[in-house]
Amino acid sequence: MSTTASSFLVIGERTNITGSPKFAKAVKAGDWNQAVAIALQQVQSGANVLDINVDEALIDGEATMAMFLRLIGSEPEIIKVPIMVDSSKWSVLEAGLKNLQGKGIVNSISLKDGEKEFLKRARLVQRYGAAAVVMAFDEKGQAADKDAKVRICTRAYNLLVGMGFNPFDIIFDPNILTVATGIEEHNNYAVDFFEATKIIKATLPGAKVSGGVSNVSFSFRGNNAVREAIHTVFLYHGIKAGLDMAIVNAGMLGVYEEIPKDLLELVEDVVLNRRSDATERLVTKADEIKALEEEAKSNGGAKIAAPAAEAWRLGPVEERLKHALVKGIDAFIDKDVEEARLDSAKYTRPLAIIEGPLMDGMRVVGDLFGAGKMFLPQVVKSARVMKKAVAHLTPFMEEEKRLHLAAGGDAQPNGKFLIATVKGDVHDIGKNIVAVVLACNNYEVTDLGVMVPCDKILAEAKRIGADVIGLSGLITPSLDEMVHVAKEMKRQGFTQPLLIGGATTSAAHTAVKIAQEYPAGVVHVLDASRVVNVVSSLLSKERKPLFLSENEIKQQKQREEFAARRARSPLISLGLSRERKPSFDWQAVDIPKPSFLGTKIFKEVPLTEVVPLIDWGPFFSAWELAGRFPDILKDEIVGVEATKLYADARTLLDRIVKEKLYTAKAVVGFWPCNAVGEDIEVYSDESRTKVVTTFHTLRQQLDKPVGQFNTALSDFVAPKSSNRIDYMGGFAVTAGHGVELLAQEFKAAHDDYSAIMAQALGDRLAEAMAEKFHKFAREVCQFGLSENLSNEDLIRERYRGIRPAPGYPACPDHTEKPILFELLKATDATGITLTESCAMAPASSVSGWYFNHPDSKYFGVGKIGRDQIQDYAQRKGWPVTEAERWLGPYLDYDPR
Amino acid sequence: MSTSAHAEQRTKESPSFEALRTLFTQKIGILDGAMGSMIQTYGLTEADFKGERFKSHPHDLQGNNDLLSITRPDIIEAIHTAYFEAGADMVETNTFNSTTISQADYHMQSHVDEINTAAVRVALSAAKKAQLKTPGRRCFVAGAIGPMNRTLSLSPDVNRPEYRAVEWDQVVESYVSQARSLIKAGVDVILVETIFDTLNSKAALFAIESVFDEMKIKLPVMISVTITDASGRTLSGQTVEAFYASIAHAKPFSVGINCALGGRAMRPYIEELSRISSCFVTCYPNAGLPNAFGGYDETPEEMASVLREFAQNNWVNMVGGCCGSTPAHIAAIAEAMKVFKPRIPSAPAEVMRLSGLEALNVT
Repeated sequence: MSTTASSFLVIGERTNITGSPKFAKAVKAGDWNQAVAIALQQVQSGANVLDINVDEALIDGEATMAMFLRLIGSEPEIIKVPIMVDSSKWSVLEAGLKNLQGKGIVNSISLKDGEKEFLKRARLVQRYGAAAVVMAFDEKGQAADKDAKVRICTRAYNLLVGMGFNPFDIIFDPNILTVATGIEEHNNYAVDFFEATKIIKATLPGAKVSGGVSNVSFSFRGNNAVREAIHTVFLYHGIKAGLDMAIVNAGMLGVYEEIPKDLLELVEDVVLNRRSDATERLVTKADEIKALEEEAKSNGGAKIAAPAAEAWRLGPVEERLKHALVKGIDAFIDKDVEEARLDSAKYTRPLAIIEGPLMDGMRVVGDLFGAGKMFLPQVVKSARVMKKAVAHLTPFMEEEKRLHLAAGGDAQPNGKFLIATVKGDVHDIGKNIVAVVLACNNYEVTDLGVMVPCDKILAEAKRIGADVIGLSGLITPSLDEMVHVAKEMKRQGFTQPLLIGGATTSAAHTAVKIAQEYPAGVVHVLDASRVVNVVSSLLSKERKPLFLSENEIKQQKQREEFAARRARSPLISLGLSRERKPSFDWQAVDIPKPSFLGTKIFKEVPLTEVVPLIDWGPFFSAWELAGRFPDILKDEIVGVEATKLYADARTLLDRIVKEKLYTAKAVVGFWPCNAVGEDIEVYSDESRTKVVTTFHTLRQQLDKPVGQFNTALSDFVAPKSSNRIDYMGGFAVTAGHGVELLAQEFKAAHDDYSAIMAQALGDRLAEAMAEKFHKFAREVCQFGLSENLSNEDLIRERYRGIRPAPGYPACPDHTEKPILFELLKATDATGITLTESCAMAPASSVSGWYFNHPDSKYFGVGKIGRDQIQDYAQRKGWPVTEAERWLGPYLDYDPR
Repeated sequence: MSTSAHAEQRTKESPSFEALRTLFTQKIGILDGAMGSMIQTYGLTEADFKGERFKSHPHDLQGNNDLLSITRPDIIEAIHTAYFEAGADMVETNTFNSTTISQADYHMQSHVDEINTAAVRVALSAAKKAQLKTPGRRCFVAGAIGPMNRTLSLSPDVNRPEYRAVEWDQVVESYVSQARSLIKAGVDVILVETIFDTLNSKAALFAIESVFDEMKIKLPVMISVTITDASGRTLSGQTVEAFYASIAHAKPFSVGINCALGGRAMRPYIEELSRISSCFVTCYPNAGLPNAFGGYDETPEEMASVLREFAQNNWVNMVGGCCGSTPAHIAAIAEAMKVFKPRIPSAPAEVMRLSGLEALNVT
């Protein structure tokens, strides 16, 4: 794929606004299709590099440069070549460099503004990863003669190489100046350029030489034949002198040998400054040529033949449509589609064009993509052409529908397709392509975007009356979410077919895990090119039953194959995991004795004591503002918003504190206890004769590497067999009383902002309460008295001991919460109640256990095997199904 | 490397430069294997990811693997340790998505400094323990910088080819903060990896150089691209050589290919890279292609045998594994590499390298 150019490089100049009126007009008018077409024409005419220049007084150079580079960036036929970003404004050059994935060229930098600025820009060019055109220009001006050119280029070279610039990335432009101006000192300008080029190439290793050729013939503007001859001659001698590249009109390069001999001699006299009357002689000749041309024109002689590149326009309309789709050309698509539509003998309905030639073209695109002969940017372009074609046909199809209805026909709604990337997943390129392809095929597509929760998908599907639902995902956890959606669809009585697609999905996973959850039909769609076939089959009354039964047969086979090679479970047995529990020398472990046993109730905690412990980080992320507190307040982007938000929060918080709008309550308790296996027995007193209650914990069952343990929370408590008395704590805190009242008050006043603020502050205060009382608990257990931690350290939890909460990773069973509440008499003490799914109300509440073991740490139980579930159910006095229900997401097996 | 003659004088090279150069010239270095697929084996849940630290975070965090360096450092360190024990000379920090932009999906952007710092801490801890266990052993920690979920070269909207979901300056800013955190926390090397859009990686390299300037220190920068389809192109459409031209200005310590294709399918591209690269070459493929369940099937022996051929041909200086590889894979690879000599980087070609989607070398 690489091209090594040992010969001369042609830098296309027609995309330079200063030299191409056509490009200037297109850019000024915002006719981007035309501007892009000019770029394509330059590449097709053989430009090795494209020079892009949008310097024009009335144009926003930075934005236009970025825009145009992005546009051609999605044209693989253009962007295959390197780009030369050309501007006299540094900021425009930078805007260009920020939009080039390839290694391009900056045109230009120079010593015009002194060494410091030159080196600063060179440094940036290097950092952006581009080569640089260096103009022979210094503080005093532009170099005209040979010596000045060489002197300035040599100085620039030494500076650049000295600062570490790669000499192979230096391109000198020693200024091609206009000859034959009538001013004598201009006559040698071309020769000066050739001579300087020779010396630069010989003495500055690695450096290349380039130039803008059209300048040389500027005196002959209006006379293209002569200009072309001058350019051709200039290049011929320039290349001999070592010129590596030049900015030229790639479509207008003559051949030296084909210049008529008499003209050639006159041109060479000028370019090589061979005679003092060279200019006069060429001017005379030029006038003659011009007169001849005028004559030919008035005789009506056709000047330009149609370019060969347009040969594909001559084929039949089907071929042209296919060509346009495969090549991503939208210039003629409306015309061609219209031509097909008018052929009503062949295409009785507009839809037939879509289902016929257009889909044929897209199939070719799909095949080429699959075979690695097209790549994604091209496919996306093809999709765009397709969309344009369909847009052209849409009004005709609507008209058809209207007539059909007017004639008393049935309303035949187009199929409605709903698509979403499932919750937890943000990938959507494939999903977008599917949506485009279906929309192209006249389905009404509702795209819900990424990270869409199941309930939203299903609610929307009901609302719009979707005919087919598609789920997409790229990361592995999305597979589980898809299973969940399928289960929900069944539960809610959906009957629409469900499509599954995305990089991580597979026919096998769909068959084994998803299809069995949803009897109305689950189809795996391998890629976007298949989706139309699948959807049209599913929406056809005639084809649907056969399609689904074939799908079912395939999936049954895949399930059998899967069962045959089912991998072993990665979990270890409960017995083995118990053997691998962390072992402590219980006779040596420091067990602090709390200063009180039983509970302590704090009926009303002054909010002033809680406020300093607020962790503001989550507050800002709740409002989707990025940054660390307090740095976020000074953040360049969100700083202003964050400061405003923080000020509002503090104002409301002050009001809450001052007017005591929220009531903070807490209960903390300590009890003697011992571990018995994964259970923790809590005793009425230190005689340990009466068990008040029992907490049940779960043990990790993952097969871990040697040296790591399978932990349960009970491991942090002295086992009964150690004969030592241990103590554990429990707590329930809330800052939530009053939150809903305040929020409702705001809502009634239509102030949702403050309502959300009231709730967010409630949550922050509840977390701060948890922190405050954990500190209190550590002090009760003595070791906390010598902590000496700052508020920041407290918020970062830099202390001994943990306070895990039931329902969280270390103990995923929420039903331990009622046991804790019973022990703490938490509802009486704090007013917090539990819902039937063990959620706390008010919401701004936190509860959990305290473990003081010096090595105690947070962990996650992870997946649980059938053996532990059976054991756990027995310990809790539950039927196994009850345990499976509460711990569903953690089961390592299929409970059915 | 030859280009170091031109290196910026004001920033000095970190000591890891010399140590890594020694490693790469003495043997074929061993990089670690997958982090994501190892984490998956722990079967973690939403609650694990949040831990106590983030349990009140209002958004889902499951799948945000980078966060585990804070909430489950035990797991991350155990994975690093397992790779060192398997024979890896270098592990990558668990920071593939630890930029403000990628973390924004989880509303965790305000925590990236903490995430990066925690990730380096656990990796360094594992390295230190491995070094103590075998006196004289040098274990490297590479700060992993991933590709981001938003791309500078591709429009997410097919109808608006000029649209971009993110701007260069935002990407640079996001990478600057990650690179700064990684370097401050003490990584030996920066590894810009799994590049699928060259412009994003150019922004990352731009950011890294800015941080080097700011901190007056220069770390070895390793670069690794991913070739996503059978056409041998990056997702953003560049050929291997065009990509090399786009990043060579950063004077990378090494350049390589990782992820997408399995080792077998990577063969022609590694060969190409080895031919053109004047810096060291690395290769850490996936354990084959993903199977029907998002898992990977190549056994340690199969993977080692693919990489063995690359080593035999003198194409590589460091090998390892990407998605689906495990400590067992790395152990097999490390064993297989023992008998081979590392590649000697070729002299830089005397050409001006340019590129669009394709390379253009001007002699």
